[in-house]
Amino acid sequence: MIARTPAWKRYNLRVIWLSLFYAVFLIAAVYGFKHQLVPDALKYVVAILPALPIIGIFGAIGRYLVEEQDEYVRMLMVRQTLWASGFALSLATAWGFLESFDLVGHADGYYVVIAWYFGLGVGGIVNKLTLGDGGC
Amino acid sequence: MENRLRILRAERAWSQQDLAERIEVSRQSVNAIETGKYDPSLPLAFRIAELFDQPIEEIFVSPSRRSSKAI
Repeated sequence: MIARTPAWKRYNLRVIWLSLFYAVFLIAAVYGFKHQLVPDALKYVVAILPALPIIGIFGAIGRYLVEEQDEYVRMLMVRQTLWASGFALSLATAWGFLESFDLVGHADGYYVVIAWYFGLGVGGIVNKLTLGDGGC
Repeated sequence: MENRLRILRAERAWSQQDLAERIEVSRQSVNAIETGKYDPSLPLAFRIAELFDQPIEEIFVSPSRRSSKAI
């Protein structure tokens, strides 16, 4: 858990808004495709819509790192994102080889994002274990 | 990095939160610096030194001097 700095509060607000947009875009896209309401010309645009808020969250994390004035708290977030990236990329690499040898089923690419968020949690635990109370 | 932050704070009867507000960082940052788990940047070290009106080397123990003393 990161300390509640002003930058962290702004980051949280952005993530809440982006999550709302994600829910709306996802429901709209699923509904549109299910009921064949999406014209061919717009299919790529509608399909990519739910991805945009998720990409926005990565941007929000980057902006948070720029705006955070507390250097120690910023370092904690950097550590967390490094753990998240390492975790998600390792999992995706391992899964990719397992899938290539027909040992596991296909996983859609966006599962990497879920793994990445899980990795953020792992990074938070590592911060807590290695830095104690200072790890927030 | 070893330092005298806790002593200087105790001399003034400041809590970690009090010190954190004075140097404009979180309480967790003060705790991490005091326990030597995080080395502050030079600008933050200067802020701390100016607050206590002491040179940086009076607050933070140079790792190289510390090891040479041990020898």
